[in-house]
Amino acid sequence: MSGLSKIVRVTAAVLMVPVSTFGLYVIMHGHLTPGGGFQGGAVLATISALFIIAYADEIKKALDVNLLSLVETLALITFISLAFLGLSTTFFSNFLLKAGELFNNPAVGINGGDLNTGGIIPLMNMAVGLEVFSALSLIMVLMYYGSKMEVPEDVS
Amino acid sequence: MINSEHTAIMLIAVPLLGAFTTAVFGRVSSSLRNIWVLAILASTELLAVLLGVNVLEKGINVYALGASFPTLTSPEGFPVRIILEVDAMNALISLIACTITLIVVVYCLGFMRESRVLDKAYTLILLLLTGMLGLTLTGDLFNLFVFFEVVSISSAALIAFYVHRGQSLEAAFKYMVISATGALILLFAVAIIYSQYNLLSMAALAASIKYTFLDEVALVLLISAFLLKAGSVPAHMWKPDAYGEAPAPVAVMLLTSALVSLYVLFRITYTVFNPVTPTIGWTLALLGVLSIFLGVSMALIQTKLNRLIAYSAIAEIGFILLGVGSSLTQSPHTSKVGFNALSGGLFHILNDVLDLGLLFLAAGAIYYLTRENNMNRLGGLGKTHPVLGVFFLIGLLAVSGLPPFNGFASKLMIYESVYFFNPLFAIIGILGSILMAAVYVKAFYSVFLGVFPPQELGQIPKSMLAAMGVLALLILVIGLYPATVIKYLITPAADALINPGDYIGGVL
Repeated sequence: MSGLSKIVRVTAAVLMVPVSTFGLYVIMHGHLTPGGGFQGGAVLATISALFIIAYADEIKKALDVNLLSLVETLALITFISLAFLGLSTTFFSNFLLKAGELFNNPAVGINGGDLNTGGIIPLMNMAVGLEVFSALSLIMVLMYYGSKMEVPEDVS
Repeated sequence: MINSEHTAIMLIAVPLLGAFTTAVFGRVSSSLRNIWVLAILASTELLAVLLGVNVLEKGINVYALGASFPTLTSPEGFPVRIILEVDAMNALISLIACTITLIVVVYCLGFMRESRVLDKAYTLILLLLTGMLGLTLTGDLFNLFVFFEVVSISSAALIAFYVHRGQSLEAAFKYMVISATGALILLFAVAIIYSQYNLLSMAALAASIKYTFLDEVALVLLISAFLLKAGSVPAHMWKPDAYGEAPAPVAVMLLTSALVSLYVLFRITYTVFNPVTPTIGWTLALLGVLSIFLGVSMALIQTKLNRLIAYSAIAEIGFILLGVGSSLTQSPHTSKVGFNALSGGLFHILNDVLDLGLLFLAAGAIYYLTRENNMNRLGGLGKTHPVLGVFFLIGLLAVSGLPPFNGFASKLMIYESVYFFNPLFAIIGILGSILMAAVYVKAFYSVFLGVFPPQELGQIPKSMLAAMGVLALLILVIGLYPATVIKYLITPAADALINPGDYIGGVL
């Protein structure tokens, strides 16, 4: 299958810019506004859905199943490692809060919306966003190509 | 390396880390991945033992996540933290879950050797273990819901292991629907409780529960959610499908998760609600008797070995419910009979998973050798594989409650105390046990004795034999020294369950 018409493809490519900006915005502002890693990741994954519809088989190289699966695993490992790093106090402890430089004091009440106020929470949001983006993309890619693949019988 | 106060959380975090890293190691090499999974499980087992020893020595172990120190459970006097609370009861269940998972993975090394999806299977098994340990150790009602979902999703994916078979997918789908229903019921109950008390911590809730009408509704909903998951009688229909269609080691994991949800049920009824009326106890005991009757009578007519064991698993759940339910009708604080019934029920959790685990693994080995599940087309395996026959026989005698195996000890405790509570229930239980022996003798006869089918059979891999051997050994040891096991494992657990005051005192 060769995908949809040129108009749709160009529109999908143009839409990638605002959609990814919005997705990254939701992830980055996870600790300040509604939303966060999961929601932003899901927004990002709509790009994959858009591209699969518009480009069909041609997207196979860009959305590689192996690569997506590796990214997903690494994002999960990052997430749990951040939780483990807090073990000097407790598991999941926010050890980067008030650490200076990039990690400022927490925002309380009405504030300027500075991004450097969440300690490890923005980092965890990024890991979750990456994981959700790659996992949802993986699901969509597998559902799209899986309908054409033959499932070989597992020996065991 | 790590402070001993972190043991409780490490017990959940280590298998979770293992689950995520397994896929990476699987890309490098399969033997490295196997070693890694075994190392993770061995360290989890070690942590469970450490936690158990710690709890027995120092009393309740509490861990507040994200706090500035691990025991800061109620900052400013209000219990808002997500906490883990471990007493002797949780410690026992987590030890059982870790041990069984370790044995199952050792078995999988041989059983699933030729599979191409082992990365994912091990990841899911580790995730399932994480879910079970989370359900066991958590002291927070909402976390209970989260881990309930983790268990559901990973088990459903594992049930569909033979993904090319329609029946496996159907069984997985059925399980998914049932557990999603259970999870929604659970969430609804949590919402009812939260709307009344603004509390999610189980200990704080136990301290302030007022037994309003809404509380009763929530209790009934919670009991139904966990009975759905455990597969007692009104909600048993997913069990034969799921246990029968999943690979044998996965069936053992499912069995363990059913027992873990029974533990949560007992924790909620005993510790959180601690009901004053005997109605709940009567209901549980009645459901237990019905499960025994239905499970055994349906097992009698099965021709597929896995389904037969699955039906007897329903009956075994019934024995546990009968024991604990009848102790709930009496006051176990004062009555020796009630305490004995409770200990019998809890002891049976341990024995059930060992006996049925051994039978499931033996059935898996039979399937591995013959690629056949139908008992009518099997026979004569006792001549070619006598060791397997001995393992099956040990499982058979233990699950039918014959001395000197472990099933006898716990079933005797249940019978003698239930007899005081209601003689009829005890008689039905004994009859169920006798019928169970009949069921398994029939199965043993048609698989291991009789005419040998005309085909060449291979050898059972050593790791499978080792896994079954460890289970058989545990069955024998517990059967020969039940008093020691009861003294050091079961009585502290039962004590912890009937004294909600200690559980509350750990947090507030």
